[in-house]
Amino acid sequence: MTSSSPAAPRGRERRKRDSRVGDKIFMNAARGSGILLLVIMAAIAGFLTWRSGIALSKNEGNFLTTFEWTPDAPKPVFGIAVLAFGTIVSALIAMAIAVPVAIGIALFISHYAPRKIAQPFAYLVDLLAAVPSVVYGLWGALFLVPHLDGLTSWLNDYLGWTYIFDQSRAGTTPRNLFTVGILLAIMILPIITAVSREVFRQVPRMHEEAALALGATRWEMIRTAVLPFGRPGIISASMLGLGRALGETIAVAIVLSSNNVLSLHLLDPGGGTFAQNIALKFNEAQPFGRDALMASGLVLFVITLLVNGAARLIVARRKEYSGANA
Amino acid sequence: MKLQRNGRSKALAIGAMALVSSLSLAACGSDNNNDTKASGGSSGGSSAAAINCGKSGTLLASGSTAQGNAMDVWKTNFGAACSGSTINYGGGGSGTGVQQFNQGKVQFAGSDSALKPAEVEDSKKVCTGGQGIDLPMVGGLISLIYNIEGVDNLVLDGPTAAKIFDSQITKWNDPAIVALNPGAKLPDADIQAFHRSDDSGTTENLTKYFAKTSGGAWSYPAAKAWAGKGGQSAKESAGVSAQVKQVKNSISYAELSYAQTNNLKSAAINTGAAKPIEATAVNAANTFAKAKVAGTGSDLALTLDYATKDEGSYPLVLVTYEIVCDKGNKADTLDTVKAFLTYAASDAGQKAIGDTGYVPLPKELTDKVNAIIPTLA
Repeated sequence: MTSSSPAAPRGRERRKRDSRVGDKIFMNAARGSGILLLVIMAAIAGFLTWRSGIALSKNEGNFLTTFEWTPDAPKPVFGIAVLAFGTIVSALIAMAIAVPVAIGIALFISHYAPRKIAQPFAYLVDLLAAVPSVVYGLWGALFLVPHLDGLTSWLNDYLGWTYIFDQSRAGTTPRNLFTVGILLAIMILPIITAVSREVFRQVPRMHEEAALALGATRWEMIRTAVLPFGRPGIISASMLGLGRALGETIAVAIVLSSNNVLSLHLLDPGGGTFAQNIALKFNEAQPFGRDALMASGLVLFVITLLVNGAARLIVARRKEYSGANA
Repeated sequence: MKLQRNGRSKALAIGAMALVSSLSLAACGSDNNNDTKASGGSSGGSSAAAINCGKSGTLLASGSTAQGNAMDVWKTNFGAACSGSTINYGGGGSGTGVQQFNQGKVQFAGSDSALKPAEVEDSKKVCTGGQGIDLPMVGGLISLIYNIEGVDNLVLDGPTAAKIFDSQITKWNDPAIVALNPGAKLPDADIQAFHRSDDSGTTENLTKYFAKTSGGAWSYPAAKAWAGKGGQSAKESAGVSAQVKQVKNSISYAELSYAQTNNLKSAAINTGAAKPIEATAVNAANTFAKAKVAGTGSDLALTLDYATKDEGSYPLVLVTYEIVCDKGNKADTLDTVKAFLTYAASDAGQKAIGDTGYVPLPKELTDKVNAIIPTLA
């Protein structure tokens, strides 16, 4: 094979050697990127832990159960109870609203809309992701909040008995965790939609046609072929959205009327989130106050890691049952 | 601040942060920027002749955002007159300013409050042979802004205002408010009180005033973080002003310029003087004129008399300082620092910031400052 011409082996060898060098470079570059990511994560975690250690050692309150946030007072007292509650509740409200709607939009784009509409529509949704969050915040404060007055009073009147929808003072401006949840839902919608849409597009044509051939209606086909196949993708997409909702800063800071009261009355102004608290307190904080804020940042970091880890676990388990391996 | 961002939103996040930080810097100050620029331009020509430039150079400074707009005006005018000199004033808050000053990163710092003893100790490391001193430069006035239909001349006093902001008084037709406003048509409506959700020097000054004058109704120590019960919060002076404008039967506090630019009414304060004191720059300047110097040596930290009963003295005022070394300033920038501060404390400098909603300091005070500046070394 190699003796057909004298020039060929040398040429081929050189090509082989070149490709080996290329392989090496690429492998090392990829490995380097991977290591770099780990180093960055470790650096963030290390930095946060170090600074929080300084703050926590001098905290006179209980970091986990205290409501106040006054690290710069003569007796530094600060805790994350209100912040953790607000962060998780607002993110959950956002997920409850955004996930079903996003799946609906994604299915519409991938399976219902005529091709002519689907493409521009998909761009439009992607465009939502490009709006800076400060713009969402201003829009939320100036437009959304006044326009949620009606919904808030309706919820208070008819669902007030559920306790969580009971307003302590009827008619207060709805700058509350519920409104924040709605705003966050709008903000995370494009991410969840975009990822789900791409996953739904990957559903093997054979599965869909098989379902239809068995006499399934379009909805039954989606339920039996598309959704099971897309489930890990939907979960991944939701986790991306949840990550954004947990960490959203400036929009929450603008819209929410924050205070250090932990209340299950979601329609009462009050509460707070980690990121919002950091944004509001950082500018005027003393060095010690900044360390305290770092400590709250560390908690958010850990919560996010846990959430992402849980999502990976779910996705890994689901993979076996879904059609993805077919 | 944002700890997790995913996929495409990462780039957005960076962009958004940049936008946010520039916006919030602009929003932190005492006035809106258009006004600042307009007056900076107009007063630039007239004051240019009066500025003695000294040696040209670049000054780094940072600190209080409350005086950010005053700095903008001053550095525009100073830069226009002294083409070789530039002033870079980074906001970031008083805490940051003092910290950077004590690390020797900036030549002077702007601060809402005078140096604390520990901070003075720290400053001795940077100011060889001397220490950091406080020079009062920018005066301000806190308006109690309100929005009540049919009420144009609301009068409050220390205890009543403190109780309103602490949810001890919750209705506008509460007997305590009616007693201060005979003849006013106060509605039978809930008071919507707004405070700052971010930590702020404005809150600190308001609560200092409450602590002194409320007769025990305000039971919290004065602090930058809001401690009162109930009420709603909004971000920065711009935020609370917008809420008061939007929400009926509301009240909040912000510096004078926000009351002016948003066309909001400010409550007059019954201090015990013959007539309730209106929230005007003139009335605030009267209070500054009588302020006592608490600092020793060349330190001009002031003690404001919040409980003043003098005619025409508005009690709810604040003063912010420039912090410099009395001795041991860096040799190559000392001349420029002196030139800049001299301009800032001059009549022209004070008048220029007076046009943007600050309170020009009275001559009694600027004379003291002007006596100190030449002695800096």
